[in-house]
Amino acid sequence: MRSRTAAFALGLIAALTLSGCGEPDFTEAEKAMIASLSLSALPPLPADPTNRYADLPAAAAFGATLFFEQRLSRDGNVSCATCHIIDRQFQDDRPLAIGVATTNRRTMPLAGVARSPWFFWDGRKDSLWSQALGPLEDAREHAGNRTAYAHFIEKEFADRYERIFGPLPDLSGLPENAGPLGTEAEKAAWKGMRGEQRASIDRVFANLGKAIAAFERSIVHEPTRFDRFADAVAAGRDPEGEAAFSDEEIQGLKLFIGKANCVTCHNGPRFTDDHFHNTGVPAVKELPEDSGRETAVAQVAADPFNCLGAFRDGGEEACGELRFMVKSGDALKRAYKTPSLRGAATRPPYMHSGQIATLDDVMDHYNTVPASTRGTTELHPLGLSERERAALIAFLKTLAE
Amino acid sequence: METHLTAIWRYAAAALVVVLIAAGGMMAMHGSSAPPADLDLSRSKATEKGVFLASVEPEAGSFKQGELHSWVLTVKKPDGTPVEDATIAVDGGMPDHNHGLPTSPQATAHLGEGRYRVEGVKFNMGGWWVLRFAISSPAGDDEAVFNLTL
Repeated sequence: MRSRTAAFALGLIAALTLSGCGEPDFTEAEKAMIASLSLSALPPLPADPTNRYADLPAAAAFGATLFFEQRLSRDGNVSCATCHIIDRQFQDDRPLAIGVATTNRRTMPLAGVARSPWFFWDGRKDSLWSQALGPLEDAREHAGNRTAYAHFIEKEFADRYERIFGPLPDLSGLPENAGPLGTEAEKAAWKGMRGEQRASIDRVFANLGKAIAAFERSIVHEPTRFDRFADAVAAGRDPEGEAAFSDEEIQGLKLFIGKANCVTCHNGPRFTDDHFHNTGVPAVKELPEDSGRETAVAQVAADPFNCLGAFRDGGEEACGELRFMVKSGDALKRAYKTPSLRGAATRPPYMHSGQIATLDDVMDHYNTVPASTRGTTELHPLGLSERERAALIAFLKTLAE
Repeated sequence: METHLTAIWRYAAAALVVVLIAAGGMMAMHGSSAPPADLDLSRSKATEKGVFLASVEPEAGSFKQGELHSWVLTVKKPDGTPVEDATIAVDGGMPDHNHGLPTSPQATAHLGEGRYRVEGVKFNMGGWWVLRFAISSPAGDDEAVFNLTL
């Protein structure tokens, strides 16, 4: 009797000590949250009424050609695929992207990109087709210009272009190099063109973006170990084989959706809320001042290729994100888009300018919460133990396997 | 043996205390991001100073986290007469996170009978949200505050 009492007492100690440490049982709320993060919860890709070519196979095929076309650059060496490397999750593993020159920002991966309401780390573009135009004329990326691109398309791809978009405009007599964002000479040449000539070139330019966007719509997330685990949990089955999580991975998942509050912003099947947050990521000394979303709202509002501009297909009702965009306020200062965490474990470095080298350093950042150099960080120190940090990292790796 | 057992029970009691303190601590941490238990989640109420009766509903009946959508705000006088000539301003946010809405919703149309369409609403996170409507009309100015949990 006494020995049974002793055994019960020891059992009680063991049970109380072990509870909360990698216990595989989930509450109903946790199960619902886990299911909401699975790729199985992702709805079909919505149509893009602002791009009437978005789901046209010929446009996607042409877009793929353009995506890998290095001649769409000033020096003939830079394509979209230079930084968006196809077998590296369409990113480049560098802290700062390098096109014709070094940029200020980390290359973003492209899986699921067609589902974003905003593009670039700061959301200075509001459609996938408009986004594709930005790097083409950025002096540090492709560094090309609008008339050069139109002449190139006429020379190399006139048939493919015209089968999709209709006749090219008459380019005879137009400057070889002209654009509103290029060198001084290119800007002067652009100003020297008549308004309708500029508009016809802008139309060709916008169509290049629409073709590239049609291709990019096919770049999707592949299911991971986490998805196989989550689908089993959601269905009330025990995850089997490689889908079974270790105690450490389960602890990491519980932290992710619980105490560590990661899921507050990294939510849904893409692990992003598609919004902009100041998380106190340090500025890079060598780079110009960067205020993130605060600067981008004016840029996107003034962009001739935005949803409310002349190059949108379909009706204005597709432009809700731009029409109801937050245009001012402290929350925009050094706010950057929440990146997806799918595949993140195998693509360091992290943050909008690659400021943080490893996942372990990322844990440091969230644990210690440095003050923001501008605006206010939304983070609160997590106070995670070494073991909890390791568990979170173990969980993140399941999103990359 | 008797002494030994007593010691075991002492350890058990001590372990229990440690675990309970730890659990309490964890609950407190979770509690910091949970809304008050008695949060008023009603979607129909008198405005703050009692000038109007206000009610809200998603225009499509429901909404999804992360998706832009519309609400309908219905404004009536306390006697039930619809308020047809109100000007509505919208804001809100997450009290626990000390930030506003991710969008700037606007009242874009009066649908008749005191019903106003509010476009551009989005909730990008789970948790406690507040939607605040500043209502101005010749009958007076007042504010209606609605809580939502996602």
